Amino acid sequence: MSSRIPGRPAGAWKGHAFVALCGAAAAIIVAMLAVILFDVVRSGWAGLGWQFLVSAPSEGMRGGGVGPAIFGTFALVLLMTIAVVPLGVLTAVYLFEYARPDSGFARAVNLAVSNLAGVPSIVFGLFGLGFFVRFVGGGIDRVFHGGELAWGKPSILWAALTLALLTLPVVIVTTGEALRAVPVAAREASFALGATKWQTISRVVLPQSLAGILTGAILAVSRGAGEVAPIMFTGAAYFLPKLPSRLTDQFMELGYHVYVLSTQSPDIEATKPILYSTVLVLLFLTFLLNATAIAIRARFRAALRPQDA
Amino acid sequence: MDAGAEATPVKVSARDLDVFYGATQALHGITLDARANRVTALIGPSGCGKSTFLRSINRMNDLIAGMRRQGTILLDGRDIHDPDVDVVDLRRRVGMVFQRSNPFPKSIYENVAYGPRIHGVSDRTTLDEIVRTTLEQAALWDEVKDRLGASALSLSGGQQQRLCIARALAVEPEVLLMDEPASALDPLATARIEELIHELKERYTILIVTHNMQQAARVSDTTAYFYMGRLVEMGPTAQIFTNPSKQETEDYITGRFG
Repeated sequence: MSSRIPGRPAGAWKGHAFVALCGAAAAIIVAMLAVILFDVVRSGWAGLGWQFLVSAPSEGMRGGGVGPAIFGTFALVLLMTIAVVPLGVLTAVYLFEYARPDSGFARAVNLAVSNLAGVPSIVFGLFGLGFFVRFVGGGIDRVFHGGELAWGKPSILWAALTLALLTLPVVIVTTGEALRAVPVAAREASFALGATKWQTISRVVLPQSLAGILTGAILAVSRGAGEVAPIMFTGAAYFLPKLPSRLTDQFMELGYHVYVLSTQSPDIEATKPILYSTVLVLLFLTFLLNATAIAIRARFRAALRPQDA
Repeated sequence: MDAGAEATPVKVSARDLDVFYGATQALHGITLDARANRVTALIGPSGCGKSTFLRSINRMNDLIAGMRRQGTILLDGRDIHDPDVDVVDLRRRVGMVFQRSNPFPKSIYENVAYGPRIHGVSDRTTLDEIVRTTLEQAALWDEVKDRLGASALSLSGGQQQRLCIARALAVEPEVLLMDEPASALDPLATARIEELIHELKERYTILIVTHNMQQAARVSDTTAYFYMGRLVEMGPTAQIFTNPSKQETEDYITGRFG
């Protein structure tokens, strides 16, 4: 007896075509990253060396290295981290542990966080200039220095605070995820022993979220380390003869240095090898930070996972 | 087994307790006495309110948004909802062991020391002493005494549950609430927990929720049968299991339903 069902699915080729399409999309992404890396490494590798990493630019950006820019980048993200981690973690703890999720204030904070994440970075730069440099810095000068210019000009402090604002959503969101990942059972165990909310948060919840919080901090740093727009008005300098030593000093920074080398150099062609090497350093630094974040997460996850006895 | 469940004073006493979660009423006018140094078993089908009742005694339900309560519970004759009763102190006096063992991802030592520490004990010798005696009480000391610094998560399921019992005992409670403490364990580990319950009632008042009829029959002095948020029947365990006065109770314990 012949069946009415042919036994062969109709349009099987559609499935194969779809798989091919998805695979192609994924391959394009890998290919693009590979092309970028290949190009940067090929042109930038030769110029890389110990000297390049420590020495200052010379001959109108045609020679020398990126030492001050590396130093400035580290100093900048360090200050930024000091500002953004406590603010972000405290906000997340308030939002996810204390506030009622349906309260007006909690909604306002959530709305602010998600909108903050969508603001273009150049707007942060202008905000930093208007708020930190002119308003806060200028205000300090007017009140404490009789109008003499000390704080009311671009500096590493204002740039770090501007970057902190930009990266705040990253820290809040990752900390929030880490807090929510702590099992209810762990909190209940603590409460059932007579612990207060504060004791439970500080002794059980936060220690168990530490990996997530660290990951968030590092992701914020790697995001912040590559941003140019927020610092160009608030403290980054084209060239400085000496390293910054005070909060009110300006600084050189890798991302900004790339921008400078590619647009402001008197001789673009002659600067090119140095530009490539600088980009390579910047990429390497960002990859390193991301890899560190992944490694920390993996280690803490392993430590929290039950082992077989 | 102790003959008279009536011999000791009443430790925990519920009076017309109603509990609501939002619009749903989970408990209907529960009135029940649990006596000191006795094991009271709470049995009944899933969703009958026995866990809700257990969690009312140390006010863990207070943590649930939308929970509402009428009536009350007395501990040593004193209303646990009295404004001047500190819930922290209540939970120190009324310990709890959960269905799934939930040790902190800390060392064995730190798990037991957690409670004493949050209640202000910081002296190392005192902590060492508490850790040792409570692990002994929980019949775990011999198995872990050489590796107190090891992660609690490295223990087996049954050991983890005994660690949780030790952790609860470390704050010197008077009442121990156990919410299906052996339901996730194999028969051997279950037997150890039951043995332990038998020893612990010398010092504590124990209320235990269980789905396991044999377990209720083995460990408890008094059994209360809950159904649909109501206390159907309560009496000496031997009587409930051999000669219950209500047909519903008999249907449940003989396995005709539930």
